[in-house]
Order: sequence, then structure tokens, then C-alpha cells
Amino acid sequence: MNYRLLYFASLCDAAGRAEEIVASEAADVRALYSELAERHGFTFAPERLRVAVNGAFTDWDHCLADNDEVVFLPPVSGG
Amino acid sequence: MNTKASTAKFWISEAPIDIAHLQRELEAAGVGAVVCFEGRVRDHNEGRPVDSLTYQAYGELAEAEGQRILEEARARFAIERVVCLHRVGELAVGEVAVWAGVSAGHRAAAFDACRYVIDEVKARVPIWKREHYRQGASEWLHPDSAGPK
Repeated sequence: MNYRLLYFASLCDAAGRAEEIVASEAADVRALYSELAERHGFTFAPERLRVAVNGAFTDWDHCLADNDEVVFLPPVSGG
Repeated sequence: MNTKASTAKFWISEAPIDIAHLQRELEAAGVGAVVCFEGRVRDHNEGRPVDSLTYQAYGELAEAEGQRILEEARARFAIERVVCLHRVGELAVGEVAVWAGVSAGHRAAAFDACRYVIDEVKARVPIWKREHYRQGASEWLHPDSAGPK
């Protein structure tokens, strides 16, 4: 399946890009993060991240569908 | 007239904050108290001199989560209007990065709601700041938990 990834802040720096289309066999967001963390050298443990699919917060067991937009959100620092 | 739609507004903006405009959003006949909070760019953080900040947002989700927080404030406190705007992009020392304002019949609810809004925005809205240090380095901040209040 193909997923569209958006990266922000230090994950954007680590990936070297703000977005990409990824072809993956990962069926849920946890498996996808594991795959991308290895590829891009992400050092955050999943417990420190939130995850959003198609513009809404969701959980790590969320099952993915083809063409989903997935975002792993590092700890926020607005304000 | 549908006034509910205009009583809670959250924005992300690349442009400098027009505070007078935001204050007008808080007007209503039943208002007896207005409380606002301005978060400004400080020239230091944790002992390091800071020259400027870059804010980045996941815009779509940031606006949705910000709006959710304002609706929560309306449900929890006896307030009339609530607005909040957060900047993105490059900000210099002294610039207003976030502005939250609440109007209410009485001051206690206005103070409580304003505090609730800014605390929740800082904890939940997907916005990140990068500090540019005077010595030349820069880094994204990813705090483990909310910092000093």
C-alpha cells in the first residue's frame, strides 16, 4: 500500500523532507513508524509521539488503508 | 441570528497579530470582564541567549485541536467569547507568538478560561518552536512535559 507521510520539526530534519509517499506492507501505524524510524533514524520512542491519520488524532493500533495520510507528531512546543 | 458560530475562534497565522481586531471579537453586550494573555518571544531560554524563533504547525490539525479547546472552555466556564491566534514562521524577540482572549460577565470565569485555553494550547496543539541561538546553533524544542508556566 502507499501512504503519504508528513514530517514536522525534528522529524522533518531527520527525514530530510517534509513529506513523502511510502510504499509499505505495514498494516497499522505502529508497524509503519517502526519501519520509518529505522529508515530515517528517528530516535523518539512511540510513547513520546502522537499519531494522526487523515487529519485526526488516532491510536497506534489504527489499521491503515491505501493512500492514508499519516503524521507522527513529536512533543509540541507552541506558545 | 446564529451567534454561536462566532463566539469561539482559533487561528494559525503567518501575519503579525492584529490585537485590536482580536479584542473586537470579544465584544458583546453582556461582557463585564475581558482577560487576555500574550505569549512573547523571549531573548533567552534555559540560560541560552535566543535571537529568534521559528514556529511550525500542522495547520489542519492545529486549527481543529485549537477550536476544540475553545469549545471546551465555553462548555466549562461562564464566558461570552473566546479567541486565540498562534503565529507560525520567523519571529523576532519581543513579537507576540500567541494571543488568547476571553470575555465574560464576571472576571473569575474570564481569568479561569484564559488560563485553561493557553495551558491546553501549549500542551495539545501541534505547533513546534525552533530556537535560534546567538551563538549560531538552532534546535527544535520537544519538551517531555509542560515547562514553566
